[in-house]
Amino acid sequence: MSAGDAGEGPKVTRRAVVRGAAALGALVLCLRQSGEIALAAPRKYGAAAEPGGAVDNPLVFVAIHPDDTITLTVQRVEMGQGIRTSLALVVADELEAEWPRVRVRQAPADQGRYGNEDTDGSRSMRQFFMPMRRVGAAARMMLESAAAARWGVPVSEVHAERQQVRHRGSGRRLTYGELAAQAAREPLPAADRLRLKSPAQFRYIGKLSTRNVSGEDIVRGRARYGIDTELEGMLYAVIARPAVLGGRVRRYEARAALAVPGVVRVLEIPSHPLPAQYYPLGGVAVIARNTWAALQGRERLKIEWDEGANARFDSQQFESLLQQAVSRPAKVVRNDGDAYAALKGPGRQVEAEYYLPFLAHASMEPPAASARIVEGHCEVWAPSQAPQATRELVSGLLRMKESHVTVHITLLGGAFGRKSLPDFAGEAALLSQAMHGAPVRLMWTREDDIRHDYYQAAALERLQAVLGGDGLPLAWLHRSASPTEDATFEAGAEGEDDTEYGQGMINIPFQIPNIRLEIPKVPAYTRIGWFRSVYNIAHGFAIQSFLDELARAAGRDPREYQLALIGPPRRIDPRALSDQWNYGESPLRYPLDTGRLRAVIERATAEAGWGRPMAKGRGLGLAATYSFMSYAAAVVEVEVGAAGEIAIPRVDIAFDCGAAVNPDRVHAQLEGACIMGLTLALHGQITFKDGRVQQGNFNDFPVLRLPDSPQDIRVHLEPGSFAVPLGGVGEPGLPPIAPALCNAIFAATGRRIRRLPIARQLSRPPHPS
Amino acid sequence: MPILLRINERPVAVEAAADTPLLWVLRDELKLTGTKFGCGMGLCGACTVHVSGQPVRTCVTTLAAVQGKPITTIEGIHHDQVGRAVQAAWIALGVPQCGYCQAGQIMSAVALLHGSPRPTDADIDAAMAGNLCRCGTYPRIRAAIHRAAQALSQHP
Repeated sequence: MSAGDAGEGPKVTRRAVVRGAAALGALVLCLRQSGEIALAAPRKYGAAAEPGGAVDNPLVFVAIHPDDTITLTVQRVEMGQGIRTSLALVVADELEAEWPRVRVRQAPADQGRYGNEDTDGSRSMRQFFMPMRRVGAAARMMLESAAAARWGVPVSEVHAERQQVRHRGSGRRLTYGELAAQAAREPLPAADRLRLKSPAQFRYIGKLSTRNVSGEDIVRGRARYGIDTELEGMLYAVIARPAVLGGRVRRYEARAALAVPGVVRVLEIPSHPLPAQYYPLGGVAVIARNTWAALQGRERLKIEWDEGANARFDSQQFESLLQQAVSRPAKVVRNDGDAYAALKGPGRQVEAEYYLPFLAHASMEPPAASARIVEGHCEVWAPSQAPQATRELVSGLLRMKESHVTVHITLLGGAFGRKSLPDFAGEAALLSQAMHGAPVRLMWTREDDIRHDYYQAAALERLQAVLGGDGLPLAWLHRSASPTEDATFEAGAEGEDDTEYGQGMINIPFQIPNIRLEIPKVPAYTRIGWFRSVYNIAHGFAIQSFLDELARAAGRDPREYQLALIGPPRRIDPRALSDQWNYGESPLRYPLDTGRLRAVIERATAEAGWGRPMAKGRGLGLAATYSFMSYAAAVVEVEVGAAGEIAIPRVDIAFDCGAAVNPDRVHAQLEGACIMGLTLALHGQITFKDGRVQQGNFNDFPVLRLPDSPQDIRVHLEPGSFAVPLGGVGEPGLPPIAPALCNAIFAATGRRIRRLPIARQLSRPPHPS
Repeated sequence: MPILLRINERPVAVEAAADTPLLWVLRDELKLTGTKFGCGMGLCGACTVHVSGQPVRTCVTTLAAVQGKPITTIEGIHHDQVGRAVQAAWIALGVPQCGYCQAGQIMSAVALLHGSPRPTDADIDAAMAGNLCRCGTYPRIRAAIHRAAQALSQHP
């Protein structure tokens, strides 16, 4: 499997590749055209299943200099999750490097050399911890071999420690710097001879520290993001894009824009036909001597648009469409027992619908990129989560060989999935080409960002259950209606695919005899993308809210009810839950462990003081989710005032990602996921009317501010063992937050929130139903 | 007619219209890119600098308004003792995630500590409400401000 024909730009998405792999199954018989039966290759998992796979050659990642400093190359991009520090710490630890002498270099886009670089899916540590340990260990062994050869002693008599190799008998020492040149010529250790450290020997891995390779640069204003690239003779550009997806320029008048002092050129960028993929949206670009002139020039453009097929798109009508979709049977993706029959039987019926609106990412750094072309070679500087796709896009757009395109990866000023789709880098490259190779920095304004995002899909989730005598469900019917991200790449793709309903919907581990899960077909009228934790947001919100509703209906405590539903600790093969995808991981290495799920629920509730008496208007809410191979439970404490105002004094989050490689960053990611989860629960909403996004900046797409965020976010990491494969960290803290908050609101007020955002719902009188 | 500015204790002359927002002059002309663009409407605080010691949103502040006044940006804040204490607290507590908004956060925090050397949580709420962080570093920002205040009170 390869990622498309570079000559024509990218065609196959990463997830499409993953999906293809998922469709294969473990070992399948393929009927060839000739009619003979052949055994297909075993399915690959983890990094090996990703384009480019995992590279663990130390010569690719480790450079030791004669002055005894070390440069480690990190092939995952840094967007705030701390991966540049954390992966470098992993290599440094196995290498026995001294951290103060380590420098980190960001790999450019080069999947062939560095392996997979797509930084998404909470995969970086999960899939590259072991390869990076092997990199460090192999380099350490090569240094030992070089020292042994230098001294003419058996390698068994030498030992690397703290950036020196020592000969045990004589006490002689050589620094890594002194050995580097020779070590690089030593043969690479065979995989089966590699000596990894035991966890007890770790010096950096698993230790609490706030090290950050970019920390000093950040607090001194020296850190360079995509928006900060400076090149000699730089030009600055902004683009007026079609307000409606699929729109294009009919004609435009540039005279007034060109009259703005500093404006150099106005030019049209052609719109790519739908599906949008990650091609530029088209429009009219203004290129100037500085950003301010470009912005003023854009204000003065007169553009007549052909708005295309989506000019009637209205998110309110779309919600009705979703509602119709969940009102009738649809494609069955999991069917245990006979839920329809059981739902007709005796027992208390409970049903509810939950709505999640479209969401924008609104990373603090809006999309931005720079490009220049010198002698047929294009260089791009981009804050991209998808380096290889960026390179392929630029190569395709400029009709240049991929080897003539260099993509430098800058720091990302937040990303959250938005910057996995590098349309903005393609725009910068096209503009530089139009300016005969001059360096151009393209910036998106906040309005550009919020109105032209790849949105988190809106979703309508309908759940229905019938309760038995003990109050536990006898049947569970769940329909999830949401446009698929595939539609961004394939015309006519409708409804969630297996990697989407695979996110927290299909793999519910509840002991319910009759379960039926259905996925209606629904179209997409806007660019759908990935937002931190993605479809887990809607699924987690709906399922964890519904459990709370069922517990209340049964007159049982929600914590005790959920634990009863999960049942005893056991390891479930995800395939037994009809989950063939399992986030691309092996079902044997990564079973769903209900013991770990129980443990985070027990921990979060114990730490939060579940069951303690609460003052009037106060309540605790619980939610627990399993995503990206990690287990998370949150207890939110809420206080609702007489006028419906919401305060969140405290949140307890218990988290199990296996062992934490860089515990402080795991804490930080969970704190951040908590605040992002509260933002979307309280405020997050993108709406469309006449095909246009109605929001544009932080006034109408608010983000939680410091005074409104919880003062007290307590993160409780479960003690993990390095013997267990690692789970993800960046995303899995987010899904339980919104339902825990809404469940807390119910506990405090008796009011059930079934649609997000909460906004001012509590300041209005309760709905008669 | 060049406009004279005093930035980080140095005089600079810039050729720009008097109604140009300070942000674009800092970033594009003077290459002081530590001051960030976030919203262009004074809603997010990413572009905060000090003008005569007061925090100011440069995306909505014209050159004319700051002519001749002392301007301090993130690149110059370490000349200030409070600035150094805040930077040190930010590092010690691992405040930044992506770091993009942190220059603005630090500039607001330094201004707060100049006015209120031992700020209460309510003081912090009021002073920091205008600075957005999408990564969600707020709990650590609050803790780091308290830490810097304590460090400054012990070693004034």
